[in-house]
Amino acid sequence: MRNSRTGWLLLSPTLIILLIFGFAPFLYVLFVGFNQWNVFSAEDGLIFNGLDNFRRLVFDADFLHSVGLTARFAIFAIGSEVVLGFVLAQMLTRNFPGKSLFRIIHTLPLMVAPIAVGAIWRLLVIPGFGPVPFFLDRWFDLQYQIGTYPDQALWTSVIMDVWHWTPFVTLTMLAGLTAIPKEPVEQAKVDGASRFQVFWYVTLPFLRPVLLTTVFIRIMDAIRTVDEVWMLAGGGPGTRFTGIYIWRVVFPRTDYGYGSSISIITLYLTIVLCWLLFIAISGRRKGETE
Amino acid sequence: MTTSLRQRVLRLAGTYAFWIFGTLVTLIPIWWMFVVSMRSRVELFGRPNLMLSRFFTENYTNVLTDSAFQRYMTNSIVVSTSNAVLVMVLALLATYALSRYKLTGRDNIFFWLITNRMAPPAAFLLPLFIMFTRTFRIGGWTLYDTQIGLILLYCVFNLPFAIWLLKGVVDGIPIELDDAAMIDGAGLWGVLRHVIVPLAAPGLAVTGILSWVFAWNEYLFAANLTSVNARTITTGLAEFVTVTGTNWGELAAMSMITLIPSAVIVIVAQRYIVMGLTFGAVKE
Repeated sequence: MRNSRTGWLLLSPTLIILLIFGFAPFLYVLFVGFNQWNVFSAEDGLIFNGLDNFRRLVFDADFLHSVGLTARFAIFAIGSEVVLGFVLAQMLTRNFPGKSLFRIIHTLPLMVAPIAVGAIWRLLVIPGFGPVPFFLDRWFDLQYQIGTYPDQALWTSVIMDVWHWTPFVTLTMLAGLTAIPKEPVEQAKVDGASRFQVFWYVTLPFLRPVLLTTVFIRIMDAIRTVDEVWMLAGGGPGTRFTGIYIWRVVFPRTDYGYGSSISIITLYLTIVLCWLLFIAISGRRKGETE
Repeated sequence: MTTSLRQRVLRLAGTYAFWIFGTLVTLIPIWWMFVVSMRSRVELFGRPNLMLSRFFTENYTNVLTDSAFQRYMTNSIVVSTSNAVLVMVLALLATYALSRYKLTGRDNIFFWLITNRMAPPAAFLLPLFIMFTRTFRIGGWTLYDTQIGLILLYCVFNLPFAIWLLKGVVDGIPIELDDAAMIDGAGLWGVLRHVIVPLAAPGLAVTGILSWVFAWNEYLFAANLTSVNARTITTGLAEFVTVTGTNWGELAAMSMITLIPSAVIVIVAQRYIVMGLTFGAVKE
């Protein structure tokens, strides 16, 4: 009754679109990554240079710096989002008057365009009329200028990302928490488990797949963040994440070959990281059903 | 449970304190943008004042009466709505295929679909630009600067997300229901229409909403693959940041306007968003 040809037929429009607009550009980038191609260089056009680009990026301090920054950004942002999101979701499982209003307000940042998020935060932190530098200076005597201090720029990006994406984590966690069956939790309480024990031995294992999926999606999106950070700091020091670094190599410097090879490596690293998480998620699920 | 009234009141007060604080953190950045959008250029500088003393609506009227802005707005609406509908339909078909048919390499296909969302956009702009200006060329017509180009391109990051979200939902629908419908004489479309779509409705709704929002919010591709005719509103937003000085008031006004449709959607569809976001990771 279930003919696999029908299955392929149903899948084909998706596959066709993704092959054309996703996979073909990927092949092109892969190809260019093995070539020297810089519009401003003396030689014109593509020149095959094997692994030279990849050898170059291993020693490229700027690139390594951008990877380090991206890692710090992703770890701190996603870490805080998961903790905050869990706490907020936990608070939302209780019933109290006005709950849905708070939930709606909390969901708002998720819907703001990244470029507008960048604009909002830039308005907050811009020297001259932004309230953040003004009040930090006045109340704490703190010099706050994201254009000057790389660390402050990085932390501002992290806070901005947390502001923008925590609602997403809260919503997935909330969906996960509400789907947890009541009995095991009640049973654990009856058996005299402390609140922490209930959380650690009952809630968390049930929540694990949701948690990993959420982290997966956040990692995927955090690594390729460009718009909002660009709008916030214009690629200033402390915010040269890999996505922005690629942008700088490809556009102002028109070093297409090198930019492509960086993209390939970044994509590769993202895929490996996500593949491990994917195995953790689906392996767990298989274990449950069999 | 014996909790005294006092304890209950205290707990409720704690909850409200927590949420009011959370609400302030969430809203102050947006509020500040609103304040900026309500001020003239001169008023912005000096001591930052979070209070709004008077309404200065010129920024809004400037933006709203701008014919370019109106075109951007129309483009954004057309592109994100078409994209969301397309993504919902394709993702449902693809998910159904992945969930119900024994296709060779099913798990690998699924993972490959997701990897499409991971590509760092900057380097991929180049091949896409070539594709849009040269590869798809019929006479003088190219994909570049067209709505259809953006609609199809946005599938690259929306479809993986949508399929992932729906996969869990469709997996959660017992296959026996399909079989029962088929025994009653329903064909594939019948099963999809009368079994899958109604049962997956919350998931489908979330898929549509989030695809719409992602497409509405997209900037990088729209900025580089359109020029005049198909520019979207986020691109217009970034145009306010210029070398000669940014018009912060109008930028803020336009950001506020961009925010409105998404906010309306959240408020209207709040319930479905929570119901549909489980990624099928939890099964009863």
